[in-house]
Amino acid sequence: MKELTVEATVESIPVITEFVDEQLAQYDCPMKAQAQIDIAIDELFSNIVHYAYHPGTGPATVRVEVLQEPLAVVITFIDQGVPYDPLAKEDPDVTLSAQDRQIGGLGIYIVKKNMNEITYEYKDGKNILKIRKEI
Amino acid sequence: MTIEKKEDGVETTLIPVGRLDTSTAPQLETQINEVSEDTKRLILDFQGLEYLSSAGLRVLLAAHKVFMKRDGGEMIIRHVNETIQEVFEVTGFMDILTIE
Repeated sequence: MKELTVEATVESIPVITEFVDEQLAQYDCPMKAQAQIDIAIDELFSNIVHYAYHPGTGPATVRVEVLQEPLAVVITFIDQGVPYDPLAKEDPDVTLSAQDRQIGGLGIYIVKKNMNEITYEYKDGKNILKIRKEI
Repeated sequence: MTIEKKEDGVETTLIPVGRLDTSTAPQLETQINEVSEDTKRLILDFQGLEYLSSAGLRVLLAAHKVFMKRDGGEMIIRHVNETIQEVFEVTGFMDILTIE
């Protein structure tokens, strides 16, 4: 298991992405799965950046674990900001026309579709969001 | 991300290379906003794009609306890879955008 704690800012997103990609490189992760994981990082970490400590900022920790049989990567996002469960939101209507389209909720929806599992809990004053992707 | 720009009369092509996400989407948004008023057809060539997140979708949707409002205007997206294609499919953007 490896983890990295950074400031919850947009500038930290590429840092976190590179950190996770380095771990994935050791497991011959297919390009497509890696891209989907990177997208998930962008969606989930940007949520923390925009909501957890708004209008200020604070620390966010990203933990990477690799499970065997089936080979899967588990990434945990932890922040100490306001309780926020992104899974509580209803899925967006993806059949609306361009004029009626809202972007809100699409990010978490993409993550739900691309990951094998996503869970949220609020524990000891921390938002803990976990994704699992078989690779 | 780097963005190459080609202008040819009423057609402008933007070629973003890299990743279109929260950090880089503002760059593409700026480039699109700077496309001349005379441009009728905006082509976004995604041959060098690894993936996009919802931050990228936001920019694409806004640009699509702007160009659809121009007289004879259109926005065309080309050369999407499998990962990007799937993002467009699950979000219903395949039905909104013009993807070749």
